[in-house]
Amino acid sequence: MEFTVRSLFTMIHGMGFGALYLMACSGALVELHRRYRSPLCPETTIADEKFLRIYLTVMAVLAWLTVLSGAYIIYPWYRAVPPPGLANLARFPQRLLMSSPSTIGWHSIGMEWKEHVAWLVPIAITMAAAVVSRNGRNLRNQPQLRSAVLAFVWISLLAAGIAGFFGAMINKHAPVEGGTTIHLMEGGQR
Amino acid sequence: MMAHDASPQAGAPTFLNGGGAAALLAAGIGSFLLPVFAILGDQSAFFKALFIFWKPTGPLSGVTTCAIAAWLVAWLILHRAWRGRDVAIGRASTAALVLLLFGLLLTFPPIADLF
Repeated sequence: MEFTVRSLFTMIHGMGFGALYLMACSGALVELHRRYRSPLCPETTIADEKFLRIYLTVMAVLAWLTVLSGAYIIYPWYRAVPPPGLANLARFPQRLLMSSPSTIGWHSIGMEWKEHVAWLVPIAITMAAAVVSRNGRNLRNQPQLRSAVLAFVWISLLAAGIAGFFGAMINKHAPVEGGTTIHLMEGGQR
Repeated sequence: MMAHDASPQAGAPTFLNGGGAAALLAAGIGSFLLPVFAILGDQSAFFKALFIFWKPTGPLSGVTTCAIAAWLVAWLILHRAWRGRDVAIGRASTAALVLLLFGLLLTFPPIADLF
């Protein structure tokens, strides 16, 4: 069992930061709806407020780590240009996808959409973290502000889902590989 | 005008929403400008070259940096203008959501390619 340094960074970007954001976002939406929408929710305590503030701030950090690692670590490997005449494009994912009509869409639609839509996520969740942190329980009395913040968090989930889906599919068709090989362990025949 | 001063008299709102509205509208502006910059970089050779802030990432580096900078500047300006005030939050949140939805739609390549 082995993988390369580039695939390790891709996993950290997608399965680490990105997938963790998606899971955290589901939890945040449940909590925000429960807290501000449900008539059954009791008055929140200071500890509850602090927990939500920290939770949303961690989500914002995750979102920024995802887009920054994607744009400045993975994307340069993805869009690397091969030397002229190279037949094996395995180390050049963008060119590999563009080399076949059956896979070009993963780049021209998938990556082109993913590389931009993902950036809506940190903007939306940073705003939500800031508004919830500053206003806390007062949001209960501000239905329009509260609903708008919730809508931004929902859109951030959608945008992160789009980016995550295309990231996974692109990496399936043209994985980012290269760099030092890391051996995990030896496997035997069973 | 969207904003008005909060009155200290009885019955005045105790919670001033100007700061929240500023954050919200600025996020909408940033979300909208991101695909606008991306379209500019895609359609114009001049902007494409201009947006290459870091060569390995290409124009995406400039597009996203400019959008983030525009979002933060908008947030700063709106926050300074609206803090300590109660604003028409309905209009601010509607504008923010419309900008966000346009931003989301404009990131979709077949729509972005229409321009």
